[in-house]
Amino acid sequence: MEFLSYMISGISLGSVYAIIALGYTMVYGIAKMLNFAHGDVIMVGGYVSLLSVTALGLPWWAGVLLAMLVCTVLGVVIEGLAYRPLRAAPSLAVLITAIGVSYFLQNAALLLWGSTPMSYTPIVSGSLSLGGLRISYISLVTIAMCVVIMAGLTLFTGKTRMGKAMRACSEDKGAAQLMGINVNRTISLTFAIGSALAAIAGVLLCSFNTSLMPTTGSMPGIKAFTAAVFGGIGSIPGALLGGILLGIIESLAKAYISTQLANSIMFAVLIITLLVRPAGLLGKYVPEKV
Amino acid sequence: MSKIIKLGRNRSLTLTKTRVVDFSTYLGVVLAFLIVNSMLNGDMLSRSFRGQLVPICCYIVMAVSLNLTVGILGELSLGHAGFMSVGAFSGVVAAMSLQSAVPSEPVRLAIALVTGAACAAIAGVIVGVPVLRLRGDYLAIVTLAFGEIIKELINCLIVGCDENGLHVIFNLDGTKTVSDLGLAEGGIEIIKGAQGATGTDTIASFTAGFILIMITLVVVLNLVRSRSGRAIMALRDNRIAAESVGINITKYKLMAFITSAALAGAAGALYGLNFSNLGATKFNFNTSILVLVFVVLGGLGSIWGSIIAAAVLTILPEALRGFDDYRMLVYAIVLILVMLATNNAQIKALFAKALGPVRRLFAKPQKGGAANG
Amino acid sequence: MKKFVSLAMVLALCLCLFAGCGQESSEPTENPEATAPAGGTGEPAAEGAAFYFGAVGPLTGENAIYGNAVKNGAQIAVDEINEAGGINGYQLKFRFEDDVSDGETSVNAYNTLMDDGMQVLVGPVTTGPALSVSTLVNEDRTFMLTPSASSLDVVDGKDNVFQLCFTDPNQGMGSATYIAANMPEAKIAVIYRNDDTYSTGIYETFVAECENQNLDVVYEGAFTGEGASDFSVQLTGAQSAGADVVFLPIYYQPASIIFAQADAMGYEPTFFGVDGMDGILTMPNFDMSLAEGVMVLTPFSADATDERTVSFVTKYNDQFGETPNQFAADGYDCIYALKQALEASDANPEMTNEELCDALVAQFTSMSFDGLTGSGLTWGADGTVSKLPMAVVIHDGAYVSAENA
Repeated sequence: MEFLSYMISGISLGSVYAIIALGYTMVYGIAKMLNFAHGDVIMVGGYVSLLSVTALGLPWWAGVLLAMLVCTVLGVVIEGLAYRPLRAAPSLAVLITAIGVSYFLQNAALLLWGSTPMSYTPIVSGSLSLGGLRISYISLVTIAMCVVIMAGLTLFTGKTRMGKAMRACSEDKGAAQLMGINVNRTISLTFAIGSALAAIAGVLLCSFNTSLMPTTGSMPGIKAFTAAVFGGIGSIPGALLGGILLGIIESLAKAYISTQLANSIMFAVLIITLLVRPAGLLGKYVPEKV
Repeated sequence: MSKIIKLGRNRSLTLTKTRVVDFSTYLGVVLAFLIVNSMLNGDMLSRSFRGQLVPICCYIVMAVSLNLTVGILGELSLGHAGFMSVGAFSGVVAAMSLQSAVPSEPVRLAIALVTGAACAAIAGVIVGVPVLRLRGDYLAIVTLAFGEIIKELINCLIVGCDENGLHVIFNLDGTKTVSDLGLAEGGIEIIKGAQGATGTDTIASFTAGFILIMITLVVVLNLVRSRSGRAIMALRDNRIAAESVGINITKYKLMAFITSAALAGAAGALYGLNFSNLGATKFNFNTSILVLVFVVLGGLGSIWGSIIAAAVLTILPEALRGFDDYRMLVYAIVLILVMLATNNAQIKALFAKALGPVRRLFAKPQKGGAANG
Repeated sequence: MKKFVSLAMVLALCLCLFAGCGQESSEPTENPEATAPAGGTGEPAAEGAAFYFGAVGPLTGENAIYGNAVKNGAQIAVDEINEAGGINGYQLKFRFEDDVSDGETSVNAYNTLMDDGMQVLVGPVTTGPALSVSTLVNEDRTFMLTPSASSLDVVDGKDNVFQLCFTDPNQGMGSATYIAANMPEAKIAVIYRNDDTYSTGIYETFVAECENQNLDVVYEGAFTGEGASDFSVQLTGAQSAGADVVFLPIYYQPASIIFAQADAMGYEPTFFGVDGMDGILTMPNFDMSLAEGVMVLTPFSADATDERTVSFVTKYNDQFGETPNQFAADGYDCIYALKQALEASDANPEMTNEELCDALVAQFTSMSFDGLTGSGLTWGADGTVSKLPMAVVIHDGAYVSAENA
């Protein structure tokens, strides 16, 4: 019974990681950049959804929509101002810029909303009792959201024109452009989708943590990045699998090995996996051509 | 940026130019030291600047050593602070436990630096052997993971010392405290788990920092300009081509990686002995990123670039104190703007135009700088 | 070419900034905002001469809340004092520098303040930086009073370093004694933060004292700062071990998560917190029902009805738009304790740091101070304060004395 409840908390925590990782992986797949500011977009999403409920008095679903809207705009603006001018620059330069954006968002949030942590009202509360097992509704919502988003993204990238354009860009930007695909617009769209996902992730993450401060996004961001790499960065099912496995490992390690070294154990599993499968669980191993 | 050296380049000419650049790097560091030191002796420096001298030296060594991994070897490392951490804590343990055995502070400091370097080198081997089989962003995430693991492990470490020697407990379940060390009367507690190293004798000095920078430069520049260094750069530029001409990948990658780790360890030991308290959380992901920012802003593969970037960017947040609450915001904006200005062709052309006369003045070293990378 | 341009750019930008802040940073020496009371009535009493208090704490980063609270609390005290004519007729100048709760930055901040002519240090706010700075302060012979760095190591062996807060052992001991006296049959679980000095300090003494008092500690769970988001595993562990009291020697932000997650799990033990828990009631948007029945050992309660607390809380609310927590009260008390000591020793701003330091040490070891965080505070020569923690229970979103509940 105990084991089951640890598993459930691991899966629901992992689902949050997975949704964040989906945003990471999409952006990486197409722009080939590690968007370190993603975690901070999540934090912005959390604040917007909270404040639109507490300060503007909107219903919670309107708050979520507003957060998605704000984050989408934010993502597109960040991409246009900070990343697009660096399209031709070395990837490290883009990485450092992303870190700069991350610092910027954190400190802007600090100035705007203050350093005091705010308590977040979960969008759904209460829990389901199954025998001796209690599963909170937010866990169920998170897991369901995660599956829906993944299915939606898979359909989108597989079936729609826009999605196909995205895949084409991630394969070969030059060739895509020659085929008449507007690469810049496609990348902007990817950032828009990734940031909207970040807003949803923000709402779910905060519903879990019930607490929000300017640094809220940074550690989940790093963990989700780990999850994305674990599952194979660039792969949508990989992000889901990586996120959920990571959540389960973290939860079980805390329960049965050591609460202090849970992160270390999680990272150690990641390292061992990467040594066996150097491109992650579901990543495509691309042999280098000479 | 990093692939400038072409196979068909006139070799003798290149060598002369790199020599000039290397020589001016040494000269610049020595001159900077002499000037700062004489100002220090003449009491012309503010306390705030004096207090930053040793950390600046540490960050310079960190940046130069990371440049060896990122710029020369061409592998992105996000866990360099982990090696600094290993060096810092082993250095502190060495210095504190030898307090009575070695009364001379400079000697004790030297022993601490060597210990720090050696321990970090061992950590470098442990991390390097598995990690260097990976490539690109996968390697980056694994170095990040190792950095975090090192941090958590050191958080569990309790170390003390008395006349019977060192006592070490590894506090895995979190239930042990300093009192479990069983220290004899007069023993000293060196590392207290989460609290880190407390009550450290601060024996680090600016002169030691300068000597460490010079040693780092000698090690790194000689490595880069040697046969091994050319093999390492060949690996970076084209791994498959290098392999096909018989270069031993693992050997040269490890050589660069371990050297880099050892130097970071020495820097860590110096850093650790400059503050009376040091916690493992100091060496987190953010510190690794900070050093990476130095390297990228200074220019990949450019040693003098790393030195200047490390010094300037360490002073910058302090110099920005006047901005109060907006300090870190301004820092972030400066970071983004500098990256844009240096990497976007249009903006760069604009600046190049504006800076035209100045640029012509420096035309010569700039060319050498390119050959340097 | 690229590299040269990039370097030129970095240097140019930095030089601009240096130039910019060169002017900025010299400004506070002449006319810092801090000296002018917000009330607007502060004509300098004695032209040119003023006591200069400096303070160091995190204003940015994850611990920013504590630094900001101390800063705001201290600022109110400074404004009140200046309005009322200063200390011994001299105005009080106050400058707060950010240290991001990092040892290196804290030392830099302290050095900056010393450059600026600071005479007495209030801070650093957090324990790690306070350890680094206290050594320097001891060498420099400048008086230091920290509002909230609670580790014994901060004051240990440094005669001129004093604390206004409880020490960690004091809190751990107090909590264990209280539980032993009131709930001797309790099965106790502890959840603490293992990379935080404050939390591990209290945890260690608490567990040691529980052993002495024959209390039954059935579960010990740790977490690290960055992982402070999911406590379901620790809570399940505590629940399965049958714990009916959960001791939380942590700050209120993770504690608020623990309450919510325990509630979601249907686990309802008695939670027992220490002074870091204070502030939970003022957390924006916090669901008070989650904290119902939580016991807290705290020196300060914003709901107290005595005149000084009421006036402080009102002022704080007016100026900063929130209810002050214990850190703000500590900051406020620090300034008044220094005022009392300076007045008693008849000090003036012309004295050197060392003279002030000696005078203050003499006063602090002999005086008794009444503040917001307790009455009749006295200090030992070792720098620790003796004040009584007060056990309260949260009832309907307010503190109620534990005896009455």
